[in-house]
Amino acid sequence: MKVTLFVPCFVDAMFPDAAMGAATVLERLGHEVLFPEGQTCCGQPPFNTGMWDESRAVARRQLGIFADAETIVSISGSCGAMMKAFYPELFRGEHDEETARSVASKTHEFSDFLVNVLGVTDVGAVFSGRATFHDGCHGLRELGIKKAPRALLANVRGLELVESPEAETCCGFGGMFSVKFPMISTAMGEVKCDSIVATGADFVISNDSSCLMQIGGMLERQGRPRRCLHLAEVLAPTE
Amino acid sequence: MKSSDTKPAGGFRAMARRMTADLVHRALIQKGLSGYYSKRDENKARYQSWEGARELAAQIKYDAVNHLDKMLVEFADKIAIRGTQVHWCPDGASAREAILGIARANGVKSIIKSKTMTSEEIHLNEALEADGYGVFESDLGEYIVQLRKEPPYHLVFPAMHLTRGQISDLFHEELGSEPTDSPEELTMIARRVMRRKFCGADMGISGANFAVADTGMISITENEGNARLTTALPRIHVAILGIEKVVPRLEDLALFLPMLATAGAGQALTCYNTLFAGPRQPGEADGPEQFHVVLLDNRRTELLADPEQRDALHCIRCGACLNVCPIFKNVGGHSYGTTYQGPIGSVITPHLRGLQDWKHLSAASSLCGACTETCPVKIDIHHHLLQNRRNAAKEKPVWWERAAFAGFVVLMKSPRLYELGLKLGRIGQVFHPLIDRSPLDPLRAWTGSRAFPKLARRSFREEWRKRKR
Amino acid sequence: MNGRDIILGRIREALRRPAPAPHHHGHGADGAGSPRDWLPPVGESFDERVDLFARNAESLKATFEQHSSLESAGRRIAEVAAAEEWKRVASHSDPLTDQLVAPLAAAGIVALWTDGGYEAPALEECDAGITTCEALIAQTGSVLVSSAGSGGRALSVLPPHHMVIARRSQMLPDLHAALLAIREKSGEAFPSALSFITGPSRTGDIERILVLGAHGPKKLTILLVP
Repeated sequence: MKVTLFVPCFVDAMFPDAAMGAATVLERLGHEVLFPEGQTCCGQPPFNTGMWDESRAVARRQLGIFADAETIVSISGSCGAMMKAFYPELFRGEHDEETARSVASKTHEFSDFLVNVLGVTDVGAVFSGRATFHDGCHGLRELGIKKAPRALLANVRGLELVESPEAETCCGFGGMFSVKFPMISTAMGEVKCDSIVATGADFVISNDSSCLMQIGGMLERQGRPRRCLHLAEVLAPTE
Repeated sequence: MKSSDTKPAGGFRAMARRMTADLVHRALIQKGLSGYYSKRDENKARYQSWEGARELAAQIKYDAVNHLDKMLVEFADKIAIRGTQVHWCPDGASAREAILGIARANGVKSIIKSKTMTSEEIHLNEALEADGYGVFESDLGEYIVQLRKEPPYHLVFPAMHLTRGQISDLFHEELGSEPTDSPEELTMIARRVMRRKFCGADMGISGANFAVADTGMISITENEGNARLTTALPRIHVAILGIEKVVPRLEDLALFLPMLATAGAGQALTCYNTLFAGPRQPGEADGPEQFHVVLLDNRRTELLADPEQRDALHCIRCGACLNVCPIFKNVGGHSYGTTYQGPIGSVITPHLRGLQDWKHLSAASSLCGACTETCPVKIDIHHHLLQNRRNAAKEKPVWWERAAFAGFVVLMKSPRLYELGLKLGRIGQVFHPLIDRSPLDPLRAWTGSRAFPKLARRSFREEWRKRKR
Repeated sequence: MNGRDIILGRIREALRRPAPAPHHHGHGADGAGSPRDWLPPVGESFDERVDLFARNAESLKATFEQHSSLESAGRRIAEVAAAEEWKRVASHSDPLTDQLVAPLAAAGIVALWTDGGYEAPALEECDAGITTCEALIAQTGSVLVSSAGSGGRALSVLPPHHMVIARRSQMLPDLHAALLAIREKSGEAFPSALSFITGPSRTGDIERILVLGAHGPKKLTILLVP
């Protein structure tokens, strides 16, 4: 297949290994990976702030870039959810509503794509260590992603996955929420970090790098750093 | 950011700041809720399908709310057949007046209440007390917060934020009882006090969880028995409820009573679920001579008029969304500063009390969606928070947000500007440690409690270009 | 315009714009189904239902006993009365209670009969309230009492021990059946209050710790007779 990568702005800027890992895995599985350079942002930040006109201005550009893709894979649960779950809403009644619906239907979050579209759960990955998984809320509740990442991680040779009882609890990032209501975001992050440390895991894995930004940043500041990795970074290595 | 806060928003921020740092509070709430989670899951698992039950509940409530006029007329006419007096109150003032009128006309001296958030909403107690009536809350949690002169902390568990030690101190101070750290003994103290009040009160005021249209009944769900006593012994019973509480058929309660219990308290069914069809009927041994039902609008019809958010009126006030909300669990019920807390409160309060003054409640959420996932009647709660944000921004844009996002749009519409921004950012981050966390740090809302991630030496697109060459 | 007209006018105006109906995700054959499709199963046979009721009663900390005769139930009541040192007991007039409560007088226990009316403080002094019921509900372990048929509203909730005498034939499978039965029995002439009692009174208001006997009875005993 021709797989068009959607690499959200913050992944591009701060967590490029996550996107590179995803590209590596997809190519290993025999697919052609395309990355249209013109892409920047899905429009989620203004959308979540209620500024839907501004969101549409950015998202419209995104539609133009991805309209002709065969299939779109997002390296982020929350931006993937923006495109898949919210674009139809954002463009309802607009002249390009059809394009928005079409792009939405072609978009998949990375783990969802591997497991539910390609039907693959073993990508030949090797990664040793003890890790716990954090379910990014948008992926979990807007896109229904729960089993797919775990199915993939179960086949990573050398990896021990420990479940946290708070795996589904929001880490407190929430985009602009993290800086608009920092005290609440911090408290939520503390609860999350405590639960992660309690699992005894050395690594934190998630399908959303924005969550890892929150979790990793907090653990570091608390003096109990843990390596935070996007799922793709764990699936990419083969030795 | 702070200067554009309305007074309620400022109050919310201040209290949230305090509560989120209170680790004792955080631990107490976590502990209290952990029992609820396991019992709730146990009882949900007994259903043949909890999801199927949710869909049916959502459907029934949809039918009721979207035929609300017919439902209310049927309800009012049928309950009146057996001698009930129905008062239709368009707002809080008319509801207070109606109830004060009943008290005055009947020489009422003392009033006992069972739990009703609707009465909190219209500040009924203050109005009654100002008119010289003694008002006693009989629900244990409500009684406790009444003594402490504070509002209820949670829709369903008003005193959840207090330890037994605090309650013991309270009873010792207010009632002169012996200090004790036994919840059982504390409950018995309240029980003894309340029994005298039940026997002595002229008027009992209750809420109602449901109003049944086709038989003309209200139903009250409780565990303690105080609602049954409030409505059994006094000579007048007044029930106040929001107009949205109506369900079409008596048999619908076979679904709603268990779901309310499970979602709200983790129980299969609460201890007492009582249907009231009228005042004392001929031949009955006891019961009130008069039964009044006060139907309250108080801007619910404004929510009804918004087809996008109309389903917020399906709410059965179970409190489940509060119990799973990470914001609620960290800021606590009092931070909301209004009758209805938690996710559903954050959706409806802007409608019931003003969008611009209360939009901050809809903003203070990470939109995790746990509320929507747990709601027994499938209200699209977290999406409504998003819609409130949109409506607020449309009605009255915040100038600096407008400006900031205008800049954002320019940046994101131009890949060249975006890459330039990254390059500038990489330079800037070399100097950031100099101002990290200081008042000069533009990122300090983040860096106050978290390390800020570094911009990578090469962005993905730069790596990709390199790789493809 | 009165309040009714104002509110109905607002509602009708509001409902002119339709709201989208909820989706059904195929859990039921015909859309959303009916409560019995989703609620916990209630067993096929009568004996299964009695067992279910018994299990529920136990987890609710209510006492449930099956007696093979009225005499046996009567002996039991006398035992409990002695063990709990009842001085006063309240009840209402009914073939079942008349038979079972009257003998307590021999043990010196004063009976208060609520039927013609009573003084609340006198009821408050009673150690127990003995009533019949409208139905037992297997699915939930509940007892249905009525203000018309069970001696009024307060009898089953004010005294600290509520004892119920139920006949086997009164066992119903679930709430749905009970609600149907209420409708069929009453027509339009409903009793003013019908209460589903599910275990002794309780509260979780202090640190969410369960305490029995909040305002209602601390003890609930259900005696099933033939």
